[in-house]
Amino acid sequence: MINWGNFISQMFNGLVLGALLALISSGLTIIYGTLGVLNLAHGAMFMLGGYAGYVAYTYTDSFIVAIIFGSLFVMVVGLVMELVIIRHFYNRPDEDQLLVTFGIGMCMVELVRLTFGSLSLTVPAPKALAGITSLGFMFYPTYRLALVGIIAAALLALFLVLYKTRIGMIVRAGIEDSVMVASLGINVYRVFMVVFGIGAMAAGFAGIVNAPVVSLTPDMGDAILVQTFVVVVIGGVGSFPGAIIGGLIAGEIISITSMINPGYAYVMLFAAMTLVLVLRPHGLMGSQSRG
Amino acid sequence: MVKRLTGDHEFKAAVSRRTLLQAGAGLAGGMMIPGFSMPVYAADHPPIGTYPAGSSGNTIYIGAAVPRTGSYAVQGEDELKGMELAVEHLNAGHDLVKKMSPKSKKGVLGKEVKLVVADSAAKPNQAVQAQQRFITENKVVLMTGSTSSAVAVALNKLAQREKVLYVAGISGSNDTTGKDCVRYGFRQNFFGQTAAAAIGPVLVKAFGKNKKAAYLTPDYTYGHTVTKSMQDFLATAGWTTVTNQVSPLGAPDYSSYLLNVANSGAEVLINVNWGHDAVLSIQQAKQFGIFDKMKLAVPYQIPFLAREVGGGLLADVYCATDYWWTVEDKYPLAKMFNEAFSKKYGYQPEWGAQNGYVSFVHWARMVEETGSFYPPDIIKTWEKGEKIPSLLGDVYYRPQDHQCVRPVIIVKGKKAADMKNKEDFYDVVEIIPGDGLMQKPDAFGCNLGDYT
Repeated sequence: MINWGNFISQMFNGLVLGALLALISSGLTIIYGTLGVLNLAHGAMFMLGGYAGYVAYTYTDSFIVAIIFGSLFVMVVGLVMELVIIRHFYNRPDEDQLLVTFGIGMCMVELVRLTFGSLSLTVPAPKALAGITSLGFMFYPTYRLALVGIIAAALLALFLVLYKTRIGMIVRAGIEDSVMVASLGINVYRVFMVVFGIGAMAAGFAGIVNAPVVSLTPDMGDAILVQTFVVVVIGGVGSFPGAIIGGLIAGEIISITSMINPGYAYVMLFAAMTLVLVLRPHGLMGSQSRG
Repeated sequence: MVKRLTGDHEFKAAVSRRTLLQAGAGLAGGMMIPGFSMPVYAADHPPIGTYPAGSSGNTIYIGAAVPRTGSYAVQGEDELKGMELAVEHLNAGHDLVKKMSPKSKKGVLGKEVKLVVADSAAKPNQAVQAQQRFITENKVVLMTGSTSSAVAVALNKLAQREKVLYVAGISGSNDTTGKDCVRYGFRQNFFGQTAAAAIGPVLVKAFGKNKKAAYLTPDYTYGHTVTKSMQDFLATAGWTTVTNQVSPLGAPDYSSYLLNVANSGAEVLINVNWGHDAVLSIQQAKQFGIFDKMKLAVPYQIPFLAREVGGGLLADVYCATDYWWTVEDKYPLAKMFNEAFSKKYGYQPEWGAQNGYVSFVHWARMVEETGSFYPPDIIKTWEKGEKIPSLLGDVYYRPQDHQCVRPVIIVKGKKAADMKNKEDFYDVVEIIPGDGLMQKPDAFGCNLGDYT
């Protein structure tokens, strides 16, 4: 199926897939960069955003309310999680952090399963964005097109917070050298909590805006988590621009490879990650200090 | 990953220590009380697998490893319910059990049956690990579960190695009773070959000859063999494959595969994906406007598919299946089963539940007919290939590959307006007898292996 029409279609689709991966990965990478905690519950938070949005949508029939509620709900979950559990693990070995976040993720998934069951649930796209749009070279779901804009706006907002505000400056400084930030008299714990909340919110937001594209199941975060890790590794652990570039690269690899041989789409993704690790162990945009 | 590493090591250490202690205690006990050292059965049969230990008390155990998480979780829960109902009916000596196993009274050979369950997540290593634990700790006399042929094949191998009987849960691969068949494994349900042979003529009749087909295929034994069987059959009517989109189990998004399908010029989309993967790929195909260009067909129907995809997406779609509850109009045993099941669980059983139930009762019948739990003798009873009742009339197991020869049902999705009740998702188009659908016993390379 290799022809120009399909190639352009797949390039475009790769962009959409990549944008979503970029958004989810940015949350993960900010948390890891600042706190040094690899949050294995990130996939579960993505799922939680979808379900929280679903509940809000069921009660209000408004997609906007669903987005706001889904994002805020997961942010609050993130803040509580940091305050009650994660905070006590900053000085513990990496394995403990991995285990505790992995465990929290499992609890979230099973709680959702207990509440909503395993049958998948759907959140319809807003009426104005339903249907299919002709792009000339192909037909594409209108909502997926809108999704690129929605995610671009979210990433821009995240960029402004990180690069144009005081807290953003502290976060970025923390990514580079958290000891130095602490020694400047800044309450690192409060910053950590805020960062964890923002990272969680990014996942929750992605979960609900992605909901009309997929159907919600309790373990939908598992596969996304794996891809998110690949994105973060490719882009550079802890790097916000890296997450965006990594996400787009991953999206394109999956799409373009599937055109040539669909069975190898995910194999190529991991091959690309391996290549990056060999050539640039800290990722495309990563730096030594984050290692 | 971390969990598995540590868990594995601790588990193995614990097992070997326990086994050693048990063996030691048994040896010491045997030496002290000579008359007690030989179990009753042992006079006739040497110990094998969990025999006679697993059936020497008043209770026997069946080990089930079904997916309760992951892409096949919904279907796993349904098949588990069928198994639980079977155990309840076996212990109670229910009428439906007696219809399929006339010698059955309460329990199996008078022993109470208990089901031990683990989540396989549709992963072979997780299923094997769980069953190995059940063999060691519970001395299970029967294993079951799958809902992924990768698991069925792995458990087949475990069954043959450990010499413990295994009845497959949902498993659609030709390999399960083909190249990966074993002496200790049996399968009740339909599979790639019979699905293709049953639905193929229906598709040709509905859509015509010389059509272009696109396939969505999950990347493991089930997907590959079902797609192959469909391609082989449809080729005889001049159908060609314009694209075959292979994707991993549990893919989070199908857009790139579906774009290839949309650009392929296909007239029919044959979706072999299963579980939530089928739900998601069908919903996303709709988003991409694919059903404006081509018809959908599902050769291996998925429990709950119609109610999950919603939106009338399955209206007029042909599917091949093992069981659909409205066949109760024709089969009295199906009616009995539906009534008992829906009374207990509040919905009409899907085909996974039916398969779990019937597989257990067929096994119980073989044990009752044999009169002992000695696995090689039970296998030989099974291999007589006698016609025995099922929910869909009489069926039999082929001695050469242990595959049940049973009807395949062709259903067609109903439009929402035509549904008589909220579970009336399909019309039964045809019930096709199994004999004409089967391949030659050696066509898929089955070699059953030893009894002992």
